[in-house]
Amino acid sequence: MSSGGDTTAVDAAPGGRARSAPLIGRDTEPTIFEMSVPGRSGWSFPRTDLPEWAPEELVPAQFLRPAPLPLPEVSERDLVGHMTRLTHRQYSVDLGAYPLGSCTMKYNPKACDEAASLPGLAAIHPAAPAGLIQGWLELLWRLGDALCRITGMSAVTLQPPAGAAGELTGLLLMRAWHEAQGRRRSKVLIPDSAHGTNPASVTLGGYQTVTVPTDHRGLLDMAALADRLDDDVAGIMLTNPNTLGLFEEDIAAIAAAVHGAGGLLYYDGANLNAILGVTRPGDMGFDIVHLNLHKTFAVPHGGGGPGAGPVAVSPRLADFLPGPLPAQAADGSFEWMTPPRSIGRIHSWHGNALALARAYTYILLNGGDGLRRVADGAVLNARWLRQQLAGTYQIPFERPNLHEFVASASALKQARGLRALDVAKRLLEEGFHAPTIYFPLIVEEALMIEPTETESPQTVAALADALLRIAADDGDDAHQAPRTTPVSRVDEARAARVLIPTWDARPEAETAK
Amino acid sequence: MGHYVPHTDEELAAMLASLGLATLDDLFAVVPAALRLAGGLSLDDGLSEADTLEAMEQLAGRNDRLICFAGAGAYDHGIPAATRSLPFRSEFVTAYTPYQPEVAQGVLQALFEYQTLVSRLSGLPIANASLYDGAAATVEAVNLATAAAGRETVWVSGGLHPHWRAVLRTYAAGSGHRLVDVALRYGVTDWSQAADGEKGAPGALIVSSPNYLGCLEDVAAARQAADRNGARLIVAADPVAAGLLRSPGEQGADVVVGEGQPFGTPLSLGGPYLGLFACRAEHVRRLPGRLVGETVDTEGRRAYVTTLRAREQDIRRAKATSNVCTNQTLIAICCMVQLAWLGTGGLRELALRCARATRYTREALLAIPGVEPLAPAPVLREFALRLPVDPHVVVDRLADEGFLAGVPVGVANGVTGDGGDGLLIAATERRTRAQIDAYAAAMEKVLA
Repeated sequence: MSSGGDTTAVDAAPGGRARSAPLIGRDTEPTIFEMSVPGRSGWSFPRTDLPEWAPEELVPAQFLRPAPLPLPEVSERDLVGHMTRLTHRQYSVDLGAYPLGSCTMKYNPKACDEAASLPGLAAIHPAAPAGLIQGWLELLWRLGDALCRITGMSAVTLQPPAGAAGELTGLLLMRAWHEAQGRRRSKVLIPDSAHGTNPASVTLGGYQTVTVPTDHRGLLDMAALADRLDDDVAGIMLTNPNTLGLFEEDIAAIAAAVHGAGGLLYYDGANLNAILGVTRPGDMGFDIVHLNLHKTFAVPHGGGGPGAGPVAVSPRLADFLPGPLPAQAADGSFEWMTPPRSIGRIHSWHGNALALARAYTYILLNGGDGLRRVADGAVLNARWLRQQLAGTYQIPFERPNLHEFVASASALKQARGLRALDVAKRLLEEGFHAPTIYFPLIVEEALMIEPTETESPQTVAALADALLRIAADDGDDAHQAPRTTPVSRVDEARAARVLIPTWDARPEAETAK
Repeated sequence: MGHYVPHTDEELAAMLASLGLATLDDLFAVVPAALRLAGGLSLDDGLSEADTLEAMEQLAGRNDRLICFAGAGAYDHGIPAATRSLPFRSEFVTAYTPYQPEVAQGVLQALFEYQTLVSRLSGLPIANASLYDGAAATVEAVNLATAAAGRETVWVSGGLHPHWRAVLRTYAAGSGHRLVDVALRYGVTDWSQAADGEKGAPGALIVSSPNYLGCLEDVAAARQAADRNGARLIVAADPVAAGLLRSPGEQGADVVVGEGQPFGTPLSLGGPYLGLFACRAEHVRRLPGRLVGETVDTEGRRAYVTTLRAREQDIRRAKATSNVCTNQTLIAICCMVQLAWLGTGGLRELALRCARATRYTREALLAIPGVEPLAPAPVLREFALRLPVDPHVVVDRLADEGFLAGVPVGVANGVTGDGGDGLLIAATERRTRAQIDAYAAAMEKVLA
């Protein structure tokens, strides 16, 4: 099979291709509620030798529920079977390549799982006094220090539990800093290629979003930026490389312009994987940086979380960070410290601590040298894959991409009605996860592809083969895809029209009442 | 190092050559030279897996694992082997948000079952697919309720977890919500003291039951206070309590939030935890975060998909109901597995056993001279005591005896917070009579 012309210098023979066989779970799995048999149980509790008071002796009667809360009544064996069969209906990075652009679905080292499950980390109460959790405090402090070195910033909070929470934290820091300068500003600039969380966070931060267009290069339009900069702009949120995978080469000029107008620069760390050890947001002039540890630092995505979204800042913003923060005392011990002008807490406790422990493990495993190799591999794989696809899929911007690129299926759509959605669904049949589609919004029929550094050249070649095969007009009706997956194309419109958000909301349940 | 980048030197060279590049540095020619990091990152070189795990074990070894009588929103419950293993199958752990439902039925169905369970716990028909933690769920509830009411003022019970109140204050700097603390009296919220002040009539009331002091609140009274003011009612509820207590939904809550950690998640220094969120059907289009719905595929087979997506940030952008994207799916799956393992009888038994251990512990401590209840209201699984010695000192001294004695608590003007007025103590189903007796004896020694 060809990978497109004579560029297949890399051996695309089988072996090491991270793609899955079709998932095997093709039979509908009943819900746990359908498996329930009244009176069946699997639970057990430790012997305590405590008096066996009745509920009425423990709680005033008016608080007690009149009947037990109905939960599934299943044996442990049936529960294990149910969950195991569900996993057979689920694609994952551990099964195969997952080129979901902007999500950095890299392989998550097993050693990180093991570290995060150490009882000395997992069994620790969050309100334990600092003297009893010196290991945790040192871990968090060392992680923060490493993240500052990686981003070129000077202080960090580890509390935000996800990237979007980090964004809001950053915007509240921006607000607090402006207020400390005795001024109120109302607008935040965001490129039209930005992630949706950016404008949503801006709204929650009490600001208005002002969109800055992308120019013909695929980069921020400098003239449009100049037009929009005034003394009501609190700052700008940028991803660099941007969501097209392109490095904002004018970043120094952007920083000078925004700082000149009294604004701050916010770095959305979604794409940090591309520049690890190559360049740093701090060196580019950013004031506030959020990181997605679940992207760049291999915290597994967990089916949609938990992640972690630490926020690092330049010296002038350090006093505003959420607290408490881990700090090192003069005697070398560690303690909690809340900055003097802190914006307050952003999480119930100290953030997604076990996710933070995974990220720290990943940094120890890789080191400074390994993190640079991550960026090299991520960019090389993405650049090579784009080269294979160019000509078949449109590449809307010519500049060399970094860790991801956006291709367009618009010509395929015109030629034979093959949309980005169809390409995505066909790719599922090929044993790969689909790219991000219809994003960024500025590219028609967008396929946003991020192979990551952990996929071998053989896997990337197999992915290229699959995408080229899908594009070739082979008489296959892609609108029918996917046909080899546990379910075929899902009726999303019906889900919204006839909302069934729980088992109890099914029409049958209504009838049974 | 770079253990996880699989390319051989030959492969790197071949790929670079096909791109017309000589070196890996050439990949970054688009980065202006002035911005390049000279000399690489100032971090140590990578370690082997064995050396890394050794370093992590050393850090973990410098945390003291004590017999836990601390709660305050983080509880030392048992986690059965099924819950420790099933959610951590790598298909769940290493998937992402189910953007492609055809290959994500496993996560989607688990979330659908989770939503059903949270709906039953709360007594409300709609539950989302999780938020970060109890505090984040409370923030989102305030956003929903104030938008539904069209009013920005929120009356917040002084019994709401002080850290959750702190997070509300942090977010209010952006949202503009006006928060009014409503004081506790005899351990429960005294809504009669609350009145429209300069901040105007409330759009929402928040009550926590059990509250931070462990006291059971009269949710029906809170509902009446909300009705008197034309406000929505948010109830922060301990989900374990649902095994014995009336559900907040049944008692009139518009939104129920909670911390899901007790169901299958270890203490973990406070995270990742699980924000439980449920609401009435009329609020579904204001729901924050992801919602899974049942539907069919093209062949009519049952299937699940994220739905009502037009609420979400990736579609609605600046007008989204929330900025949440990544949530806590894996922790929600832990919760789902744990609740299925417990079942109807197990959840009741769990709540009952917590209540028994709590009563036994409370009586043992109240028998010590100088120890008094901090609040007289009935409790279920946690309680606060006034001690004759600074509780911070008590916690430090009892640590030497092998116990995490509790969490110091303050109550200023009827509002709970950090402080030295008392000690907040929780006893879960894991605490045995022998442990509690030893704890009470150690406490008596320290207080003597």
